[in-house]
Amino acid sequence: MNWINNYVRPRINSIFSRRETPDNLWTKCDECGTMLFHREVSDNLNVCTNCGHHMNITPRDRFAALFDGGIFTQVTVPVPNADPLHFRDQKKYPDRMKAAQKATGEAEAMLVATGEIGRTPIVACAQDFTFMAGSMGMYVGNAIIAAAEEAVKLKRPLILFSAAGGARMQEGILSLMQMPRTTVAVQMLKEANLPYIVVLTHPTTGGVTASYAMLGDVHIAEPNALICFAGPRVIEQTIREKLPEGFQRAEYLLDHGMLDRVTPRTEMREELINITRMLLGLSPAVKGDLPAPDPVAKDPKPAPAPEKAEKPAPAPSKK
Amino acid sequence: MTQYMDFEKPLAEIEGKAEELRAMARNNPETDTSAEAAALDAKGKAMMQDLYGSLTPWRKCLVARHPERPHCIDYVKRLFTDYTPLAGDRNFADDHAVMGGLARFNDTPVMVIGHEKGNDTKSRIERNFGMARPEGYRKAIRLMDLAGRFGLPVITLVDTPGAYPGKGAEERGQSEAIARATEKSLQIGTPVVSVVIGEGGSGGAVAFATANRLAMLEHAVYSVISPEGCASILWKDAEKMREAAEALRLTAQDLKQLGVIDQIIPEPMGGAHRHAQDAIDAVGKAIAEMLKDLKGMDAKALIQDRRRKFLDLGSKGLAA
Repeated sequence: MNWINNYVRPRINSIFSRRETPDNLWTKCDECGTMLFHREVSDNLNVCTNCGHHMNITPRDRFAALFDGGIFTQVTVPVPNADPLHFRDQKKYPDRMKAAQKATGEAEAMLVATGEIGRTPIVACAQDFTFMAGSMGMYVGNAIIAAAEEAVKLKRPLILFSAAGGARMQEGILSLMQMPRTTVAVQMLKEANLPYIVVLTHPTTGGVTASYAMLGDVHIAEPNALICFAGPRVIEQTIREKLPEGFQRAEYLLDHGMLDRVTPRTEMREELINITRMLLGLSPAVKGDLPAPDPVAKDPKPAPAPEKAEKPAPAPSKK
Repeated sequence: MTQYMDFEKPLAEIEGKAEELRAMARNNPETDTSAEAAALDAKGKAMMQDLYGSLTPWRKCLVARHPERPHCIDYVKRLFTDYTPLAGDRNFADDHAVMGGLARFNDTPVMVIGHEKGNDTKSRIERNFGMARPEGYRKAIRLMDLAGRFGLPVITLVDTPGAYPGKGAEERGQSEAIARATEKSLQIGTPVVSVVIGEGGSGGAVAFATANRLAMLEHAVYSVISPEGCASILWKDAEKMREAAEALRLTAQDLKQLGVIDQIIPEPMGGAHRHAQDAIDAVGKAIAEMLKDLKGMDAKALIQDRRRKFLDLGSKGLAA
């Protein structure tokens, strides 16, 4: 159209795009653009070490960081009809599925596991946003029901990490029916009087928010996560108005009473341990490992202080 | 005079011509055009049968959205007596997109709840085109709870393009309100029967359609997303709504096949908007049948029945 679009912009873009680097070694933060060493980021649970931006994390990585020693047992989820509507848009649904399975190495958009956090047995499920936008179809419905049934069977709390663009359009009305279906799963937990904690991660939208993600006993969100029913673009188109800064972000929802807490991912494990243990009426979790019990010890040593306190105070920075 | 839709243009021409002929005959009593007019009428009727016998999914969407289609308010007026509207969510406001209250259905006290779209510019704006805000769902929760505690069956009429996507609606917890409404409809110990009378738009519809028995009018639609929305996401072109409507399987016939609804209520020839009273009466008959079907079930059995129905929806689908 004009020289700014045709000439200046590409030049500016080319200067910035030169900062792209080889995969697997460096990651660029989507928010602040800082180049981050891959291992450092994954050690920090995909949270930018510079600006604290929470990048996507796969359910497997999340569970590895959540459960004690990274140990968990996957719960089998019944596999539904693969293509219930024979759906076809520009691609066939089974082809989209295969591509997603290949890209993520996962069977579907939700992972269910049992294990312990701070020695507290729990059932957890996590939605995978990289798998077809984490969308809720019959499999995700089955996964949540399997998780709830497992929790009821084992009398354990359920912790659910949500992340989804909404319902899976390719399963049409059957995906919509997962809203009441997963609500039944939540009711099973409530009837068994088991805690159901929802951790809302970026993004949790549409039919997922309007069912199991908003029915938790406690709602915790990761910082700046987009949580909404209708997305900001849809709303802007409807009301033809610019939306306020931070609209539908975790902090905004906290202000509007939809969440209990906004907690950084790096502190989530401790917080979940605390909350579940208190809801279950258990003593505070022991942090770190106790020494082997010594039944004949005459002067028992005091229990070790929590891990954090053991760390030496940081050396004063030199200037 | 019916408002014709685009695909009805040939029909409009024939019916228009027949009308012209009759008008001519009225003006000049000596000319006899009745034979020609009757021939045209027959032709028009055949065409209507043809059109409505094989409506494509997209055309069904258009019929379901037809402005003259009977709305919740028309059903309530004709099928119920002593209708006593109850208002408000006791929290923030009364949402006019959702109407509901106590009424008698065949002399039995019930709670009736539905989306109302409005039938002229003023009432459409007042009713927000049938797009409910959190207050609407919270009002419905209140009414369902009341019905549950006093043993009244709940009858819901679904007709909404979807929940309202607005700033205030989001701030006041649209998703939480919908989730709670769905939860409440699963909890109450009285019969819940529901009819999709027009558009069943996504989450906004689910909150009202979580019932023991769910019926749909022949040309009603019920979908996870509007065909336009689906087309713009998956086809990257909102104009591909015909393809999307096809792929989504949103017609009553598809939903029956998928096991999502229990029955299809036939519409009069040419759609409910042409013969509103017949359509309303057919819905009334279906509601009576569904309620009869649930008679004698106690609270526990009704809750179990509803749960079972939705738990079963994890293995459905068309044969490969």
